[in-house]
Amino acid sequence: MMILSGDPPRSRVLTLVLVLIILALAATPFLFPGAKALNVAAKICVFAALVASYDLLLGYTGSVSFAHTMFYGIGSYAIAIALYGMGPNWAAVATGIVVGLPLAALLALAIGLFSLRVAAIFFAMITLAVASAFQVLASQLSWLTGGEDGRSFQLPELLRPGTVLISKNLFGFEVNGRILTYYLVFAISAVMILALLRVVNSPFGRVLQAIRENRFRAEALGFRTVFHLTYANCLAALVAASAGILNALWLRYAGPDTSLSFSIMLDILLMVVIGGMGTIYGAIIGATIFILAQNYLQSLMGVASKAASEAGLPLLPGLLHPDRWLLWLGLLFIASVYFFPTGVVGRLRNRGGDKSAGTSH
Amino acid sequence: MTDLLKLSGVHTHIGRYHILQGIDLTVPQGQTTMLLGRNGAGKTTTLRTIMGLWQASKGEISLAGMRIDSRATPDIALLGVGYVPESMAVFSDLTVKENLVLAARDGPLDDAQLDWIFGFFPALRRFWLSRAGSLSGGQKQMLSIARAIIEPRKLLLIDEPTKGLAPAIVMALIECLKEIKRKGATILLVEQNFFAARELGDNVLVMDNGTIVHRGEMAALAADVPLQERLLGLSLEAHQ
Amino acid sequence: MTELAANDPLPKPKRDIAPILLPVALALVVIPLVGSPSTWLTLTAASLAMGMMIFIMASGLTLVFGLMDVLNFGHGAFIAVGAYVATLVLAPFAASIQADSLWTNLAVLAPAALLSMAVSGALGLIVERVLILPVYGQHLKQILMTTGGLIVAEQGLYALWGPQIIPMPLPTSLRGSFIFGDVAIAKYRVLATLIGLAVFIAIQLVLNRTKLGLLIRAGVENREMVEALGYRIRRLFLGVFMTGSALAGLGGVMWALYREQVHASMSDDLTVLIFIVVIIGGLGSIGGCFIGAILVAMVANYGGFLVPKLALVSNILLMVAILMWRPRGLYAVTSR
Ligand SMILES: Nc1ncnc2c1ncn2[C@@H]1O[C@H](COP(=O)(O)OP(=O)(O)OP(=O)(O)O)[C@@H](O)[C@H]1O
Ligand SMILES: [Mg+2]
Repeated sequence: MMILSGDPPRSRVLTLVLVLIILALAATPFLFPGAKALNVAAKICVFAALVASYDLLLGYTGSVSFAHTMFYGIGSYAIAIALYGMGPNWAAVATGIVVGLPLAALLALAIGLFSLRVAAIFFAMITLAVASAFQVLASQLSWLTGGEDGRSFQLPELLRPGTVLISKNLFGFEVNGRILTYYLVFAISAVMILALLRVVNSPFGRVLQAIRENRFRAEALGFRTVFHLTYANCLAALVAASAGILNALWLRYAGPDTSLSFSIMLDILLMVVIGGMGTIYGAIIGATIFILAQNYLQSLMGVASKAASEAGLPLLPGLLHPDRWLLWLGLLFIASVYFFPTGVVGRLRNRGGDKSAGTSH
Repeated sequence: MTDLLKLSGVHTHIGRYHILQGIDLTVPQGQTTMLLGRNGAGKTTTLRTIMGLWQASKGEISLAGMRIDSRATPDIALLGVGYVPESMAVFSDLTVKENLVLAARDGPLDDAQLDWIFGFFPALRRFWLSRAGSLSGGQKQMLSIARAIIEPRKLLLIDEPTKGLAPAIVMALIECLKEIKRKGATILLVEQNFFAARELGDNVLVMDNGTIVHRGEMAALAADVPLQERLLGLSLEAHQ
Repeated sequence: MTELAANDPLPKPKRDIAPILLPVALALVVIPLVGSPSTWLTLTAASLAMGMMIFIMASGLTLVFGLMDVLNFGHGAFIAVGAYVATLVLAPFAASIQADSLWTNLAVLAPAALLSMAVSGALGLIVERVLILPVYGQHLKQILMTTGGLIVAEQGLYALWGPQIIPMPLPTSLRGSFIFGDVAIAKYRVLATLIGLAVFIAIQLVLNRTKLGLLIRAGVENREMVEALGYRIRRLFLGVFMTGSALAGLGGVMWALYREQVHASMSDDLTVLIFIVVIIGGLGSIGGCFIGAILVAMVANYGGFLVPKLALVSNILLMVAILMWRPRGLYAVTSR
């Protein structure tokens, strides 16, 4: 239990599902051959960490930030620009990390301090405005960021697909640089999620929850809410930027669509709500469900849309078109906020008889 | 003598906190009932619960025999309850006149009633067209009370009207409330100022920790110094 | 009881004019930077027109915020819906739009705008009942629900009209400019400014001269006390919400004509601008919203001319500067 910081999933079904997901992710390179499966698995890892860091803000402090993708983007771009500019070597990776993470933390600090100075109700709006300005900035500084095209780059030798680490005739599987990169992504994401679990179960995490319940009262009890909220913002930004680094390393690319766009923000929101706010575990569940659906259900929609148009049905082809994927997600989102505010994790925990867990606020 | 307002076993939760823990009280028709108690005893919460601004989680509240505990605030107000909150809550962006226009729900302002109010609150006439936000604390308190009595109300809930006012103004305010009493109003009045309480109260209720710990006649409590000390931690002499 | 002698002078109602001077000062400060007076006049006229359109879109939102503490992140949807609905009228009557007669043009434009307002207002009714009422008083869920609503509305528009950009040509009689010496001011901008002013004056009259308006202003400041006086504020709120939605729809039509195109994503960029306007104006303040809209438009126009690359960023800087000066916006009218 040490590794889970004394906060186990508290539901047998949930534990089972989590174990299955983690085992599947750990074994993906060997169980599911093909580039697509590995891409999906890597994306699940990255997003699980990203969403968990968002959960620290949304679920544990109750503040809605629309700037989370900005931090994710900072991480992505930092590593991409470094590797693009300095060439595929480890010094560039280190530079990207050393520049990207502090930049994200500083920006989070600035936004945090500024928003806390003004009315709390402004926070969501301010983050939205800042994030959209950052997006514009990134697309306009094209000499640095590559503009709309983004930046593609090479990885250091060790992480390239061509680098064979363990040849096929040893275990029957070939372990190459690509698979090593995957495990790097997997391991770092896992460490970050466990660290977040530790944070929310520390005294600090409990203060955050006290602030969420009643900020006024928490202040009266003598907690410096400004300090706590800002600190939480910086932590979340650091993890988000790290997730961005992993994402860029995996894709060997950073661009507006993959690391900055507003639709990623919506994806994060959906994942955290579907998984269950304020649970951290919800991030893993939400990311898995969402990304699997995104990759496999969307093609199903295409088939359905085609069938509908061949049958000459009105409106349905348009509604079922794979590009209208977000429409259904939006509806699902509203329905889950309304009917399942505690998400999958809350549901499973309540079913397990532990009624005190996952109450909605 | 009938009871206009009756609370039995009323509990109120604010968020996760259990504030009122079983309030039983009655306010007799035509009398002034004082609600006393230390800071944080739950007096304001009691008034807000009656007004429907907090929802009672348990218990019954009835006004003239009618259950009101699950009604919305506007409906309770429309049954004839006037409320003067602790914060006074005058609309500071509106003029004195506009504040009173809103308070007079039944139509245009009644001149006779206005003159009666101006009788004790001449300042309101003088600042008739000024923003309420520019009034002094005492004048805001007058406006807040005027808002509650601009039309006849069955019951007035008044929360600490003398809070933060200069002694001379407190005296004038007491005169005004006495005048309102003489017109037959039923009042539930929260007060920290024991002198004012003694002057105005017919009956008294003392709260502590979300329950009523004493009920009786105001005169009896005013005469019993040890009891005051026990209930309120103060003596009348110290506050004169 | 009078603590003031009868002959004391009445305290003058304090008028807070510093915010009003702000756009004037900004306009004057940039004169030397812009250089040419005629360019400056054109830019200023453009700012006013753009500001008025943004004001029309934002006015409902600020009242909704102020009155009920409701954070509606889906407000932008009404803008896009308004614009799309207008195409339903404008497309079939394209001939009347192209006719070179003001009255023929307006005979199509006015019904189109009215229909847009009606549809946006009706959509407002649905949004309030379905998305906002169930999570009333819970900010977090309000933000989530209305963000979901925005996605659904945008995608719904794509599903109905397709993802392509729809052109929305300006009526012939509104094309071109009024020329004064070497200053050219586009006719449509003059019209937009006039409509915006009319809306502003109408809102001010309702807020200041009617009992309904008094109630709205009182409710913005202290909702509970309005209820304790016996008014059902929820109904009032629904009315304000629908009116605000309808105005956003009108703003959408005007914006689409200004840009001469319609696209569902127009609501995204505008949402950000509108939020900035509402924040710097002060939640619930119509006057602040009006000034904020002009300021944002000025920064966009002057900034776009002087430092083209930093248009959106400069709005953030404007917001930061104003909130540093007044943390609750130019006019803080709510008691929260
Ligand atoms: N909004 C709130 N959230 C949490 N606790 C509250 C809230 N309002 C009041 N309380 C708590 O309820 C208790 C009773 O408060 P209440 O205002 O009713 O006291 P009171 O008797 O009116 O005190 P005072 O004489 O100081 O006005 C206090 O402990 C207070 O901290
Ligand atoms: Mg009190």
